[in-house]
Amino acid sequence: MKSREYQQIDPKALPTPSQSPPPHQHLAVGGDGRKEPMTPRRKWEVFPGKNRFFCDGRIMMARQSGVFPLTLGLILVTSGLFFIFDCPFLVKHLTRCIPAVGGALFVFVLITLLQTSFTDPGILPRATPEEAADIERQIDDTGNTSYRPPPRTKEVLINQQVIKLKYCFTCKMFRPPRTSHCSLCDNCVERFDHHCPWVGNCVGKRNYRFFYSFIVSLSLLTAFIFGCVTTHLALRKGLMFALQESPVELAICFFSVWSILGLSGFHTYLVASNLTTNEDIKGSWSGKSGDAVTNPYSHKNIFINCCSVLCAPMPPSLIDRRGFLPADEPARASGADLELPNPNTKSDRNVVGGSSIWSLTCRNLPLIFPCS
Amino acid sequence: MLCCFTVFIFCPTQFHNLQELRHSASLANKVFIQRDYSEGTTCRFQTKFPSELESRIELTLFEETVKTLNNFYAEAEKIGGQSYLEGCLACATAYLIFLCMETRYEKVLKKIAKYIQEQNEKIYAPRGLLITDPIERGMRVIEISIYEDRGSSGSSSGSSSVSGSTAR
Repeated sequence: MKSREYQQIDPKALPTPSQSPPPHQHLAVGGDGRKEPMTPRRKWEVFPGKNRFFCDGRIMMARQSGVFPLTLGLILVTSGLFFIFDCPFLVKHLTRCIPAVGGALFVFVLITLLQTSFTDPGILPRATPEEAADIERQIDDTGNTSYRPPPRTKEVLINQQVIKLKYCFTCKMFRPPRTSHCSLCDNCVERFDHHCPWVGNCVGKRNYRFFYSFIVSLSLLTAFIFGCVTTHLALRKGLMFALQESPVELAICFFSVWSILGLSGFHTYLVASNLTTNEDIKGSWSGKSGDAVTNPYSHKNIFINCCSVLCAPMPPSLIDRRGFLPADEPARASGADLELPNPNTKSDRNVVGGSSIWSLTCRNLPLIFPCS
Repeated sequence: MLCCFTVFIFCPTQFHNLQELRHSASLANKVFIQRDYSEGTTCRFQTKFPSELESRIELTLFEETVKTLNNFYAEAEKIGGQSYLEGCLACATAYLIFLCMETRYEKVLKKIAKYIQEQNEKIYAPRGLLITDPIERGMRVIEISIYEDRGSSGSSSGSSSVSGSTAR
């Protein structure tokens, strides 16, 4: 993994100026009663959302993997059968390009599928307790003295259009625009498109381009295989004979190909108009309420919309999966915030990271408070 | 002259008590600068000056910091010729290039981390403030921690009078 300067500084690597935590917190009782030192835990181990992590936090998926194994199995089996049964015949009678093109498409489909499934879709980490308290204070300060709870929406103006931001009770923050909370994964996801059971993950800001590439390449692959199989049958037995003999199989293939092609077409429309599936289904910008609402995020140009969705710089993952938990903080049970809430320790962590800063501060204190 | 001499005598004592001074600063409050969504979902922070910082730092310095950060994020998220080429190249390699290469956004994030550390060292820490990099808060807020000298009576004016009298 590439090292990034903005990641949490490993507290074990720096001398901490604060008192070291009591020894018993660092030790776990072993099987034979002896106290053994605990290894530092990574943040993914205490992640509050419903996700599964592999390879020590490098790979993540939704906890409910849905039908992802079925998707993988279908692609592998169908392509395998194609390479085993159709390719030899077609290479002999047509051209060698067929397995080459098929192989390239197959590899592309697999890679984009795995990237869609294993990438962080753009999960927003939950608010720290201080942030949540600050927001609560701001909501209550709006002068609501009635017994009803204060309103949990905030209005912002985006490109001269009023957008309502909703408060997420789970993540304890006002959701940014286009962010939605996925109930299956229990996370707020930026630019939430939908939760796809076929890939076993949410589709959001960070993995939409992988998802789009996956469905487009899959529709090309399925159309290619369908075409090759039909050609094979036609060359071997004649097309009419094949249609009579196995109409059901051909019909299933035909409609499968069309459904995936249809999905690709739908997402191409979404990309060109800079919409998400979520917004399209809800009809956020269709003006059904009677007001003249247009999509404020659209650049009003198909090419620019496509480029901003598919070719924009890849945003970073905001959940620090592989960062270490501070050694002196006990991890809470599930449902805890990602940022562990001990403010004193957090300030010490900041001080640990900025121990040089504090030495500068202390040297500068006489300069700040000069004698009169 | 007497004051300077007093300060000079005071400093070695201060320096020897660095450990105590480090412990003597305690977290008093945290201020959160929220995101500004007026231009869409691109990363921008509000430049509104929080009232809690009025006694601590000048408006111009604060605005300068936030505006520079906003400019960094705009540079990171800019859609232009270079990002199109990168996107097309990435697509051609089935996005495997993201595993090998550092993306433009990550390069800018490193610059931002360095800038924040510099600002903390030069401007904010001498005023008892500390900025947390927004990436550590999910790019939702810029968190500014306000520290108080524990030796004071709990207010910033109290601490300055205590130190002032000690210096005298």
